[in-house]
Amino acid sequence: MGCGAAEMAALLRAGAATIERHRVELIDLDRPIGDADHGENMNRGFAAVVSTLDTAVPETPGGVLKIAATTLISKVGGAAGPLYGTAFLRAATTLGDAAELDPPAVLAALRAARDGVVARGKAEVGDATMIDALSPAVDAAEMAEANGIAAMLAAAADAADKGAESTTPLVARKGRASYLGERSVGHLDPGARSTALLLRAFAEAVG
Amino acid sequence: MRVGLVVVSHSAKLAEGVAELAAQMAPDVGVHAAGGLPDGGIGTDFDAVLAATQAADTGAGVVLLYDLGSAQMTAELAVESLTDPGSAVVVDAPLVEGAVAAAVAAQGGSDRAAVAQAAASAGAGDGARQEEPAAEQRQADRIELTLANEVGLHARPAALLVRSIAGLDADVRIRRGDDEADAHSVLALMSLSARKGDRLEITATGSQAGEALRRIEDLAERNFDE
Ligand SMILES: Nc1ncnc2c1ncn2[C@@H]1O[C@H](COP(=O)(O)OP(=O)(O)OP(=O)(O)O)[C@@H](O)[C@H]1O
Ligand SMILES: [Mg+2]
Repeated sequence: MGCGAAEMAALLRAGAATIERHRVELIDLDRPIGDADHGENMNRGFAAVVSTLDTAVPETPGGVLKIAATTLISKVGGAAGPLYGTAFLRAATTLGDAAELDPPAVLAALRAARDGVVARGKAEVGDATMIDALSPAVDAAEMAEANGIAAMLAAAADAADKGAESTTPLVARKGRASYLGERSVGHLDPGARSTALLLRAFAEAVG
Repeated sequence: MRVGLVVVSHSAKLAEGVAELAAQMAPDVGVHAAGGLPDGGIGTDFDAVLAATQAADTGAGVVLLYDLGSAQMTAELAVESLTDPGSAVVVDAPLVEGAVAAAVAAQGGSDRAAVAQAAASAGAGDGARQEEPAAEQRQADRIELTLANEVGLHARPAALLVRSIAGLDADVRIRRGDDEADAHSVLALMSLSARKGDRLEITATGSQAGEALRRIEDLAERNFDE
């Protein structure tokens, strides 16, 4: 199966559906170590992405990601807005106007997304943020590059799940949770969870 | 044409309050508030920040200040989306002191880099310095004067003083007793807590040191236009 603009739009719709299903879970994760809005922020943003795609789907996968990025930047309203927005924007730029994506293009987009989040938020692996899910996911996709896009995304989703789980014992060092210091220990990071959820949805939509 | 300011906050009230405070000391500076979400909730609204940044630019550029980390990310993203990203800069500064210091610097005609610098250094050295300046040997012009105005070196007189010497090539310091403050910083001057009747020693170095001292002397003689 190829990966063109229509498939990319389907991926984002699948992501939006997951976020909607897990809205309350993400809110509950954000409550003890944040301000209980991550699920609301993400759902507002992805619902807006779906509305935008309902009006018109751009002609290239990069175009689809770009419109998703600008929508998330405008609508999310919390830290996740500029972070996911930058991730999608950098991925879109990397894809340029390619009409169909191959595994190297998907890998390049994932790498650009991770680098974008790091550049924007200055978090490293171990700071208990979405980077703890995204970074190992990109590494896993790289290992699976020879096996095709579906395998890459499946590997990325598995690694992101593990990475998200790994935030539980950590002291948060970025974002709102960092104000809690030691008291952030014992809580799974909501942004890492939403990253894992999105990658799982993407993998299932392609697979 | 002065540098414009944007106060980016998660809270509309906080942004407006800080902008109000900063504008009071800088009547000719555009201080724009960009706080909260469109529905009134807590958060940062990219579109509002971008619009405020565009509105704040009257040709001399813009300095943006922020409250919490994610407001910084939104502000940086807004600057990157400008047609000329070089025209605005996001500065890491204490929000309240930074906004006041930046507004005064902008009022005095400082350029964008200097306004950003004023914000960034606000609060850092908490004003009055205890230690002696190292280069005591350096030839410095020096005057002494007694404050005769009612409120002393309070906010408004301090702002007038900073403004009177803005743009001169002179490094000016004011000493009251054991405390010394940078005369280019309103907050530093205020932290001297100099009151009516206090004796001040003012030193200046640089090619326009004499002019700077003359202007300060003038201002004191006019009782800071009280
Ligand atoms: N500097 C950062 N780098 C990477 N990820 C970050 C950073 N800051 C926050 N995050 C991620 O964002 C998630 C929180 O997103 P959310 O939408 O709840 O924003 P928020 O922190 O409530 O934002 P705000 O402070 O603006 O209200 C965290 O769980 C974390 O994964
Ligand atoms: Mg939150």
